[in-house]
Amino acid sequence: MDFNATLFGQTIAMIFFVWFTMKYIWPLLDTAITERQEKIADGLAAADRSQHDLELAQKKAAETMREAKEKAAELLDQAKKRHAEIVDSAKDDARTEAEKIIAGANAEIEQEVHRAREELRKQVSVLAVAGAEKILQRNIDASAQADILDSLVAEL
Amino acid sequence: MAETSTGYIKHHLQNLQVCSTDAGWAFNTAENPTLCAGNFMTFNVDTLGFSVVLGLIFLWIFRRSAKKATTGVPGKFQCFIELIIDFVDSNVKDTFHGKNKLIAPLGLTIFAWVYLMNLMDLIPVDWIPGLAHAMGVPYLKIVPSTDVNITFAMSISVFILIIYYSIKVKGIGGFTKELTMNPFNHWAAIPINLVLEGAALLAKPISLSLRLFGNMYAGELIFILIALMGWYQLPLHFGWALLHLLVIFLQAFIFMMLTVVYLSLAHEDH
Repeated sequence: MDFNATLFGQTIAMIFFVWFTMKYIWPLLDTAITERQEKIADGLAAADRSQHDLELAQKKAAETMREAKEKAAELLDQAKKRHAEIVDSAKDDARTEAEKIIAGANAEIEQEVHRAREELRKQVSVLAVAGAEKILQRNIDASAQADILDSLVAEL
Repeated sequence: MAETSTGYIKHHLQNLQVCSTDAGWAFNTAENPTLCAGNFMTFNVDTLGFSVVLGLIFLWIFRRSAKKATTGVPGKFQCFIELIIDFVDSNVKDTFHGKNKLIAPLGLTIFAWVYLMNLMDLIPVDWIPGLAHAMGVPYLKIVPSTDVNITFAMSISVFILIIYYSIKVKGIGGFTKELTMNPFNHWAAIPINLVLEGAALLAKPISLSLRLFGNMYAGELIFILIALMGWYQLPLHFGWALLHLLVIFLQAFIFMMLTVVYLSLAHEDH
């Protein structure tokens, strides 16, 4: 347990070890730790930021969805209205067309009736003349009584 | 090693030494263990050698990690190293508030190195000396911190740093004033102040080294005593080793912490 030159040996060793640590070990590890701390801090900040962005995006998406729904409802309304209009106008068209056809048919019937009546009149007048001829066979001149016959025909 | 208990203990406490004698450099031998006693030009080959080897192991481990250090995801080994770095760094930052590139690496070196030196205490006391004996080496003390030369060399280095920073920060005048005008701020009290402050200053390196030396020497001695007990040593050895595990860490931590505290006191200008 004497003091001896080991003191100097150990002192030299210590100076070398401390110098080596100071020069080649501590700065490297310290820098690595500090840089990683910065990286982690940045990462956490970025995560916070993206969380915020996500919330914003969700809000925006919800709004867009709502707008789209409103627009769709509007379109549906318009379409219904338009459909009703088309149906109405089609009904109107059909009615007018039907009326036209009915009027045409009526007119034709009228015409037909008229023609048939004319025909009938002619035939009745011929028949009346023939009958009158038969009744008045004698000296009755058909042509002399034509005016009477005509007035008769007109009365029919 | 069939000897008496006294011989066994003495054998374990004897350093392997080399000293400069009249006939040149010579090792102490089993026949003449005290060849170097009282000769200042003596090197304790065993403790100094183990101390240097352990210091180199510390440098190698940390240098390897430092070279591979990544700022990305660290591996488990790097995590472990960084844990130690962070432990030292936070202790230094808590105590020392100035800017000094030396103190943190100094703290780390002291902590890791002293820890490794103390750790040798946990190797069963007969293993390595027994191995050395078989190889013809008569003595081998493997725990450097049980050698008062080793601990004093470290505390004196710290002491020189204390003086250096005291003078650098406060100037020679400031440092002298601190030694002479405290605690009684009067010119008549200068001798008393000088004695008090001088004792306080000198007590720093002495207590620093004797604390470590005393703890480790006592621990080692108890390990040796336990080893004398035959089969009963097993449970006792286990218990003492368990307790010593705490002492080893604590002494390394205290040495580092007090170094940092003393150096930060040296930086404080009153």
